[in-house]
Amino acid sequence: MDWRRFSFIFLIIVVLFGAVVMVGITKSTPIITVTSMLATTIAVATPLVLGALSGVFCERAGVVNIGIEGMMLTAAFFGWLGAIYMFHVFGFEKWPSILIGLLTAILAGTLMGLLHAVLSITYKVDQIIGGTVINILAVGLTGFLNRQLFFGKGSAFGGQIPNSPGNLLNIHVPLTEIFTPICGGSANCTEIVRAINSVLDQRPIAITAIILVFVSHYVLFNTRWGLRTRAVGEHPKAADTVGINVIRMRYANVLIGGALAGLAGAYFTIESVPSFEPLLTNGRGFISLAAMIFGNWTPIGAWVASLLFGASQALQIKMQLFRDVIPPEWAFLQQSYVVGLIPYILTMIILTGIIGRTTPPAADGVPYEK
Amino acid sequence: MQAETQADSTKKGFARSALDAMLIPLLSILTAVILGGIIIVLVRGNPFVAYYGLLQGSFGSASALSETAVWATPYIFAGLAVALAFKGGLFNIGAEGQLALGATTAALMGYALPEWLGFDLPRIVHLPLVIIIGAGAGAFWAAIVGYLKAYTGGHEVINTIMMNYIALNSISFLLNGPMKDPNPNNVIARTPLIAESAHIPPIFEGLRVHWGFVLALLAAYLVWWMLNKTTLGFEIRTVGSNPDAAKYAGMNVKRIIILTMTLSGMLAGLAGTFEVTGLNYRHELGFSIGYGFDAIAIALLGKSHPLGVVLASILFAAMRNGATRMQFLTQMPVDLISMLQALILLFVAADAIIRYIYRIKSQGERVVLTRGWGG
Repeated sequence: MDWRRFSFIFLIIVVLFGAVVMVGITKSTPIITVTSMLATTIAVATPLVLGALSGVFCERAGVVNIGIEGMMLTAAFFGWLGAIYMFHVFGFEKWPSILIGLLTAILAGTLMGLLHAVLSITYKVDQIIGGTVINILAVGLTGFLNRQLFFGKGSAFGGQIPNSPGNLLNIHVPLTEIFTPICGGSANCTEIVRAINSVLDQRPIAITAIILVFVSHYVLFNTRWGLRTRAVGEHPKAADTVGINVIRMRYANVLIGGALAGLAGAYFTIESVPSFEPLLTNGRGFISLAAMIFGNWTPIGAWVASLLFGASQALQIKMQLFRDVIPPEWAFLQQSYVVGLIPYILTMIILTGIIGRTTPPAADGVPYEK
Repeated sequence: MQAETQADSTKKGFARSALDAMLIPLLSILTAVILGGIIIVLVRGNPFVAYYGLLQGSFGSASALSETAVWATPYIFAGLAVALAFKGGLFNIGAEGQLALGATTAALMGYALPEWLGFDLPRIVHLPLVIIIGAGAGAFWAAIVGYLKAYTGGHEVINTIMMNYIALNSISFLLNGPMKDPNPNNVIARTPLIAESAHIPPIFEGLRVHWGFVLALLAAYLVWWMLNKTTLGFEIRTVGSNPDAAKYAGMNVKRIIILTMTLSGMLAGLAGTFEVTGLNYRHELGFSIGYGFDAIAIALLGKSHPLGVVLASILFAAMRNGATRMQFLTQMPVDLISMLQALILLFVAADAIIRYIYRIKSQGERVVLTRGWGG
């Protein structure tokens, strides 16, 4: 990722944060506003980061994945379903149920990844069409099962959705506890430590996502596996000539991509809120696709781009909190639709190439034929 | 004598190629229906009753037929939009947004134009104006994407998706704010009713099917005629199948790309316009959710041929329309239809699966529908 795009993203994030600080100045101190927005940004960027990583793995291996949205939606549904069934039908405790739900989500994502792999690698279906099939299938499948299992004839739960066992909670980093004695009695110091602590206290999937960004970067650019993946995505014929199994590498990476999208789906129903509603991913899969392109098919770039989109979503949330202090002539900004336009417009600007060209892997989207 | 034989054989060739073109979609539908039946059995339903309900609800009576045509109207327009773009080598995922924008603009023109002018317009002026502006809004929305594709290389798939969200967000804003029905009893995000002079009359008294359906069929013919009988159509198809060849043949590829997207958006805009002027007489938030993806499925099922699009649209419309009856008879959720449609699309897209199941040999070359990000 070149410095120009980096500074562009940084600038926009600063502007977004600045806007919230300005609006909320009468209500809370800047440091609290900034840290709470930062915490929200990191949290809401989680599915975007994971979705974008899913895209990076698939496309680095030469398989276009516009089915991230559908994979996420399917995973979100099955994760939630798994947790509910474990809890209510099989009588598991709360935490084992949630954990199994999480694993179910990842499995569901992987299976959707497998479908995409079969379609696009084995059957050489146009990969964009294959992704669209996955998106449409996901809507149909989750909608049908949701209605059938909970409201259908002879459903196990008597026509109503049972309570989910719950969701993953914040992991507390004991920063405040450690630093309070060091700060002495200084109120400022304590406040700053507490504010930083509030950013660091994230939920498990959010933390995993950030770790995965760096793991993915290392895997893709510093290991033999990564080199082979990239070779298969750039010049499959050459890779084949030197003995790399193109088909197998592509399958493996698309499955990894599916699993990552599955984890992103788990964010919605296992981590964020313990409930499911049809179409709940609401385009986040497409945004992560955009984040991937924005980040020029690199994990760290995609992460930074996801943070930008996360910040604009956080702005949306914060704007609603500051409802009564926004001047009436700016009242239309409270409507989430207006601020909600930012990521989409930014994406289109990025795609024009004004802020540096993006280069996809050379064989991205081309089925491999010997 | 010999000439006659030759003509005979070409005719036979045409018949066989038509059959071959229809074969995969028909077998895909058949396979999906069988799989759907298995799913119904799995959830302890009776597939025969379910499918009987589906047929009865879609074709069983005059009003059922009328409702099927009502559903088919936007499907045909939106399906043609996607199919036309496919012919030009472009993937328009944005039919959803273009349709919604067309509907919103048509509604605005329908209720606000007489207010702005201060006098009522006769239908012969008002209705065409509403239709043109509604179609124009869709066309404009898609033209932006076409322009970006032609001059900056920004991929139309991402851009149309983004334009969808921009359109839907903006429309949510408008329908909750400036364009909201001011009636004090109204809590829904919807526009006021459009003026009587902007209504498309129903074809038969007492049934909801309106002249938009006939216009949709006409549009399908016009798209076929344009693609196959005009220079522009030839250029669109050439750019679609081989942009380099088109360039060396002296065609203005950039212009063709923009024009293809514009025409595609216009058709999608018309889909929305006719929903407002012929059916709902207003635009309401959330009515159009899903048309865009259905349109992609329809275009693929119809093999991007206008006649195929019409047939696929009627099939999809029948399924949507009959679903209510099916649900009434068997308590199968309406969402089963989405599953069936997804399965049909899956088999049409992955025709290798169908060819494998039914042992059909592949003929001819693969058709390029879209290109990767680089293209």
